[in-house]
Amino acid sequence: MQKRLAKNSYMPIFVLPTLCAFILGFIVPFIMGIWLSFCEFTTVTDAKFVGLSNYAEALKDTMFRHSFWYTALFAVVSLVVINNVFAFALAMALTQKMKGTNIFRTVFFMPNLIGGIVLGYIWQLILNGVLEQYGTALGLNEWYGFWGLIILVSWQQIGYMMIIYIAGLQSIPGDVLEAAQIDGASGIQRLFRVTIPMMMPSITICMFLSITNGFKLFDQNLSLTAGEPSKLSEMMALNIFNTFYGRTGWEGVGQAKAVIFFIIVVGIGMIQLRATRSKEVQQ
Amino acid sequence: MKTKQRLSLIGTGVFTILGLLYIAPILIVLMNSFKKKVFINREPFALPTEKTWIGTENYITAIDKYGLLSAVGWTVFITVGSVFVILICTSMCAWYITRVKSKFTQALYLLCVFSMVVPFQMVMFTLSLVADRTGLNTPWGIIIIYLGFGAGLAVFMFCGFVKSIPLEIEEAAMIDGCTPLRTFFNVVLPIMKPTYISVGILETMWIWNDFLLPYLVLNLNKYKTISIAIQYMKGSYGRVDMGAIMAALILAVIPVIIFYLSCQKHIIKGVAAGAVKG
Repeated sequence: MQKRLAKNSYMPIFVLPTLCAFILGFIVPFIMGIWLSFCEFTTVTDAKFVGLSNYAEALKDTMFRHSFWYTALFAVVSLVVINNVFAFALAMALTQKMKGTNIFRTVFFMPNLIGGIVLGYIWQLILNGVLEQYGTALGLNEWYGFWGLIILVSWQQIGYMMIIYIAGLQSIPGDVLEAAQIDGASGIQRLFRVTIPMMMPSITICMFLSITNGFKLFDQNLSLTAGEPSKLSEMMALNIFNTFYGRTGWEGVGQAKAVIFFIIVVGIGMIQLRATRSKEVQQ
Repeated sequence: MKTKQRLSLIGTGVFTILGLLYIAPILIVLMNSFKKKVFINREPFALPTEKTWIGTENYITAIDKYGLLSAVGWTVFITVGSVFVILICTSMCAWYITRVKSKFTQALYLLCVFSMVVPFQMVMFTLSLVADRTGLNTPWGIIIIYLGFGAGLAVFMFCGFVKSIPLEIEEAAMIDGCTPLRTFFNVVLPIMKPTYISVGILETMWIWNDFLLPYLVLNLNKYKTISIAIQYMKGSYGRVDMGAIMAALILAVIPVIIFYLSCQKHIIKGVAAGAVKG
């Protein structure tokens, strides 16, 4: 089998189309990106090696540092308060015996399919409509933008996290819970001593999904506030975008920021891998 | 028993209200899309009255002036084309690199997994340069870009599934005289149908809603996707036409809702599978 596939050199038919596109669409841009982060350039042909000065410039940029803290705070808040607590509660409620749970799941999941740009403008209308009654607007305060984004992202992602939690809840064997009940465990004890430990894999997945989604957030940020007021509500991805396309001569710095961003995201991924392996309960 | 029934009834009631609140934002936008534009910012939560009602005029503006129908058309074309190409090419690639073990296929697999964690910002500038240079800045060319950038996740998911297919089935087909191509299309492909659906749905959701990649890659004077068209309406100089934006938002949401309602079970399953693996 393996020999026949290899010997008859079917490689070109099976692999080549994907491989070529992959090289063109990922490998070349990635390597060029790393290289250009050490160069000063406006178009690639005039690239000049400048060593680490782009990175120094990027780290000196106060707006970039601000966007990092703003993004990190956003990721943590969206993780702790909303995605996990609300989504978990919803999943618990919608796995009870109740009429219409399927319809409710359908409804709560739906916003997840709408694109970030569209979501941003839907919520801009609503949040500005509410804020206007108090004589203010989204673009006037960075924290309005922050909480607006939190509301938007929870609206979008709670249903998604809920689906993952429901899948986790349904995979808990019923006899374990029953045994706990017979042994006299109260409802709350069963939740904290049995259900949650058994759900650890789903919880880790949701935690890291919300953190990485928070860090990578771009479309929603662009359409809801576009960084208003004066770039204070700019998150990392938008800051990088504006560095590339907003200021000529700063493309190298933008690329250096992108590499830093990449390292942060990969770092989170590595921690996730560790956490998933160590937290899982032996069954 | 009776209290339990009552509890469940209360639960249903509470969640009906919650569910209605949950879809309220879309309903508010729908409502505003029928109002005159000056009234949208002034009183977004008021129902349209005789004074503010404008009928379908906002929709006509969005379509005529901002070319929304062609944007919808290009989005459909790019999404369908890319997903089709991604499914065929990456599943073939995944089958080959799982079945033929060599340094080359191992390296390719690892590269695909690696590409899944790389954020788009890392390659966006250089990718748009590459697309410009190679003339891939058309809706046809962007399909190749999507194949390249989306290959990671798709290959990863297909590989996971191919590993679970017993080798004997394929060997039997080979002994019966199938060429590898026929084995793939007549034996492996039908077995992998559930994975095709999952991967297809994940990629559809991504490409349909994607903003930044087409924004940077496409030649925007000629082609726009829905997200780009909406962003342009807001970002263009001069007065922002809120009415047309409302209409455009509704036009962007309708296909998504139809798609969702028609294959909701697969979508939820596919998303759950993707999350667990990604």
